[in-house]
Amino acid sequence: MYPPRFKYEAPDTVEQAIELLRQGQGEAKVLAGGQSLVPMMKLRFAAPEMLIDINNIPGLAYHGADPDGTYRIGALCRHVDLEKAEDLAEQQPTMAAAAPLIADPIVRTRGTLVGSVCHADPQGDWASVMSSLGGSIVAQGPNGRRSILVADFVAGPFQNVLRPDELAIEAVVPAPVGTRAGSYLKLERRVGDYATVGVAVSLEFSGNEVARAGIGLTSVGASTINAGEAAQELVGDDLNAGAIERAADLAAQASRPRTDHRGSEAYKRHIVATFVTRILSNLRLTIQEVA
Amino acid sequence: MTSLFTKVSPEPTTDAGVRRITVSINGNQHTVDVEPRLLLAHLIRQGLDLTGTHTGCDTTHCGACTVLFDGTPVKSCTMFAVQAEGHEITTVEGLATASELHPIQESFKDEHGLQCGFCTPGMMLTAKALLDENPDPTEDEVRWALSGNLCRCTGYQNIVKSVLAAAARLRSQGATDEEEGETS
Amino acid sequence: MTIDEIKIGGLGASRSRVEDNRFVRGKGNYIDDISLPGMLHMEILRSPLAHARIKSIDASAAWAIPGVRLVLTGELMASRNLAWMPTLSYDTQAVLATDKVRFQGQEVACVVADDPYIAKDACEAIIVDYEPLAAIVNPTQAMADGAPIIRDDKENQHDNVIFDWEIGDKDGTDRAFADADVVSELELHYPRSHPSPIETCGSIADFDRSTSKLTLYMTSQAPHIIRAAVAMVAELPEHMIRVVSPDLGGGFGNKVPIYPGYVVSILASILLERPVKWIEDKTGNLISTGFGRDIYLRGQLALRKDGKILGVRMHADSDHGAFFSDAQPSKFKIGLLHSAFACYDIPAAHLTARGVYTNKAPGGVAYRCSFRVTEAMFFQERMVQAAADDLGIDQAEIRRLNFVRDDDFPHRTPFGFLTDSGQYRKCLDIGLEAIGYEDFLKEKQEAKKNGRLLGIGISTMTEPLGAGNSREYDILGIKMFDSAELRVHMTGKAILRTGAKSQGQGHETTWAQIVAHELGIPAEDIVVEEGDTDTAPFGMGTYASRSTPVAGAAVSMVSRKIRAKARKIAAHLLEVSEEDIDWELGRFFVRSSPDTGVTIQECAMAAYSNVPDGMEPGLENNAYYDPPNLTWPFGCYITTVEVDPETGVWDVLKVVAVDDCGVRINPMIVEGQIMGGLAEAYAISSMQMITFDEQGNCVGSNYMDYLLPTAWETPGFELHEVVTPCPHHPIGAKGVGECATVGGPAAFVNAVLDALKDTGVRNIDMPLLPDRVYEALTEHHDVSGAPPLRTGS
Repeated sequence: MYPPRFKYEAPDTVEQAIELLRQGQGEAKVLAGGQSLVPMMKLRFAAPEMLIDINNIPGLAYHGADPDGTYRIGALCRHVDLEKAEDLAEQQPTMAAAAPLIADPIVRTRGTLVGSVCHADPQGDWASVMSSLGGSIVAQGPNGRRSILVADFVAGPFQNVLRPDELAIEAVVPAPVGTRAGSYLKLERRVGDYATVGVAVSLEFSGNEVARAGIGLTSVGASTINAGEAAQELVGDDLNAGAIERAADLAAQASRPRTDHRGSEAYKRHIVATFVTRILSNLRLTIQEVA
Repeated sequence: MTSLFTKVSPEPTTDAGVRRITVSINGNQHTVDVEPRLLLAHLIRQGLDLTGTHTGCDTTHCGACTVLFDGTPVKSCTMFAVQAEGHEITTVEGLATASELHPIQESFKDEHGLQCGFCTPGMMLTAKALLDENPDPTEDEVRWALSGNLCRCTGYQNIVKSVLAAAARLRSQGATDEEEGETS
Repeated sequence: MTIDEIKIGGLGASRSRVEDNRFVRGKGNYIDDISLPGMLHMEILRSPLAHARIKSIDASAAWAIPGVRLVLTGELMASRNLAWMPTLSYDTQAVLATDKVRFQGQEVACVVADDPYIAKDACEAIIVDYEPLAAIVNPTQAMADGAPIIRDDKENQHDNVIFDWEIGDKDGTDRAFADADVVSELELHYPRSHPSPIETCGSIADFDRSTSKLTLYMTSQAPHIIRAAVAMVAELPEHMIRVVSPDLGGGFGNKVPIYPGYVVSILASILLERPVKWIEDKTGNLISTGFGRDIYLRGQLALRKDGKILGVRMHADSDHGAFFSDAQPSKFKIGLLHSAFACYDIPAAHLTARGVYTNKAPGGVAYRCSFRVTEAMFFQERMVQAAADDLGIDQAEIRRLNFVRDDDFPHRTPFGFLTDSGQYRKCLDIGLEAIGYEDFLKEKQEAKKNGRLLGIGISTMTEPLGAGNSREYDILGIKMFDSAELRVHMTGKAILRTGAKSQGQGHETTWAQIVAHELGIPAEDIVVEEGDTDTAPFGMGTYASRSTPVAGAAVSMVSRKIRAKARKIAAHLLEVSEEDIDWELGRFFVRSSPDTGVTIQECAMAAYSNVPDGMEPGLENNAYYDPPNLTWPFGCYITTVEVDPETGVWDVLKVVAVDDCGVRINPMIVEGQIMGGLAEAYAISSMQMITFDEQGNCVGSNYMDYLLPTAWETPGFELHEVVTPCPHHPIGAKGVGECATVGGPAAFVNAVLDALKDTGVRNIDMPLLPDRVYEALTEHHDVSGAPPLRTGS
């Protein structure tokens, strides 16, 4: 498998990268981890005229919390950095649950969270996770930066709302309003498989009460699904059985799966409900144990 | 391959179609002109004649092409050679010395951790990265770490055994080295 | 003085492998590692459609790309009479399509260029105008009235049927069914699966005009057969063809057939007078090369109330794809499907089979399998479980009741094979003990109270390995012998060559062990070579677990010939008559004076320096071994699983394998083979699947969709052994490589179905993906057929 020809640029600064993107006029692609883009080029599903390799730009490999709790993931933060971050489970439990489930261990050493969200594969895990957390992508263009909610960022299958001259600089999870809890469950048939279904649930508690909730769904629609209505069902209540059941139902309703070789539409909906229930029931148990 | 790369001396190039890069592979510096689309795996295999790095699939699943990139395992079929500029790469050929096999290689032999041998270089390099970081892994940790490398022959059981045996060997070697260090 | 056979690496030594010295250093020599001066690179353009008429091919843009040396299409091939080639199953197969494409992935054109990137660019630049035709993707569609005829290239082909075939005693079987208390029925699909070695296929053709010699480096499990076939297809004289099969990155049957890529690379090299390399990509490998299975089976067992099986009826509809190019050398159209039920004592059986063309890749049957024994044993063991369930009998007990008894050999199987040895009950008992059968049944009952679903599955089978005796086998008329040539040098070191071809089995290690056993020469003093037709004796290659049964036997026999000559030399050296000397490992001695003797090494030196008058010098010989029968190893595989009732996901709790493959040459390697086989059994039953949509698009054309298990999912295995030597093999060995792949899948499927027993579900077709298990569990019905099309139900 041999990729097509392209022009290669490896800028040292974000500004240079943006200038190159501008020159590319929509025909340039950013190369970060390359773990989705390069295989697509090898299969000749993608043939960008120019690749702008951002791996030489210093200062983009960070991840961590600001003093106020805002969590930032730089464009060159690899999946493995998150997987191995010891404080992630405490700070970002949903991300911590998802990190080891991305692709396979070797792909995780190169692939990036920001790149994965930009790739906007409906089967990508990070977009659902970020969506559940109310996260945003920070895009930088010739005229400065703007922040786009992940829920709005993904425009469709393999489509995002970045302008041709914008570079996704970082992903941002807003500071929590309460104590974070959450998880990610993925039905995969083997390591490295795309999700048959993935469910991300992110909660913030104020005491026993859910102060904020988000649910993101992977692989059950033409793009990542933000099951906002289902999540809203949990807010303002302690995580009781009734609320869990209603949230699970609503999440299943929000999903728009298709029957394929991974399973039927009905099965996938059922898994959405099952996973929402499992995550929330486990969280309830944990809370009860703590209390 | 003829047009994709040429070995050159390290002066700047004027050819717009190629990039001049210098890469360290197994401790040796190589300066080559490459077409940007040349995959790292192909530079290593055809350009530098290190054919122990294999290519097995098109989609970044099999891991036969795994090399260490600044000590971290990467699938070399999913990177471009130009991206290796200034980096250090270790391939299977860099594991053994002229006279001695690496303990991981010894253990794969002793525990029958390979049959056709095609996935073996990738498996061993992934194992090396694991053991560099975690000298005493559990069986589950080994299985997890190897889950980006596919094998069709062994059923994995003996590969896992090999990695655990290599870990033990490296630990005891480390202990001996320390003792020797203390006495000398 | 006596040599310790284990110490010299003889029979039974778990000697570490010779080939590993290069493999662990990355110094293996696989096809893509070979580079010849002036070598060009070939890529194949494949059909995106499953069934379409080719209206035109415009390759002008491809020719215009700098670095392109040659573009080959069906038209050019036809001008050389090479557009079609004969298959091993007496059909024809398109090399490059001329009239129509008949499956997705079929070879349409090839480009030869200075490097493979350019060749690929040029393939993309070829414009093919197709007129799409309706695609046929299963036997039901193929046999439907008015179905489009796929093979309209064949004059007398008026439908899509390839063959109708039957075997057994129909009347006797009818009588058995008339006498039955109960009749059990089962219908299932064994899905298409792909061997998928990590290394794909490839070749380097190097035609030298000055010598008229063609050297063909290629990924072949059977290089001599390739030489014979190339001689026929390319009309080159056999002595001017040298086939070299280098180290193979796995084979599993995938590297037995002859593929168009090989043939085109030969023609390209002849036309360009340059070496031409073709390395298949993974998609090409998965969508166009030899697959396994894809057969629809239904059958009935006539049963007595106590579980005794009185008779069997079976019918098979097999899907061969667009060309009947099975690489199977048996004399039976449906391969060895009728080896089913060989371990059971059943008086009457009858089988009918029909093979059909479809718009799918051709070249099936052999995937770690002796030509449909996998389907045979899977069906057998699923059927036996169904019978046990129907009768309410314990699944171990029904097997024990019907097994051929240890004292009942040789035994004629229900369809007429002759088995010769085994201890079936003993194997089963060891397996039940190891899995903790009684305890597990209790645990399962307990778990049920808590809503947990546990299951246990058993699969027991004997299968015919080691193709094969001339009564049942030939390839293009050639008998299925194998060969060995042994040359002992004057210092007692030796070189051994065989007609087999290792692809990971470790022949360089084990063949030397057989010589060590026969001659007492330390295994490390023997170098083994295979795969080069200019040096190796003519042999039929390695597949169907035939190497040890056939080539291994030839190694034994040639060693014995060497020993016979050495004996004469020893008598000469010891100055006694041949009758007065005896042999112990590595040494001849005077019977009346055991301390007086000569070693095999001394005999070797004398063979070149001091032979008796009239004896020709040297110590070398060869042997061609035509096996008198197949070997019949036995396997008992038992697994326990837990099914998650909410998701249908099932986890393997334990896997126990008891294998009786006769005498084990290198126990370590044998166990490696069994573990590898078990992993594939797990893979086939749980995730591996090549399937097709209505348009004939292949789902499973790369590792994103064709799922191979990793170290994480693959369960651990517990192995046990029983040794019943093969009575006709020189060292008592039987085949083993494919046993666990053949016998294993039914153990996994039976276990999952056992967990679902309360639902009344009788069958879920493989692979048992979570959604299929969940559907069966919640809707209480069988789940049949290949997704996304479920035509089996």
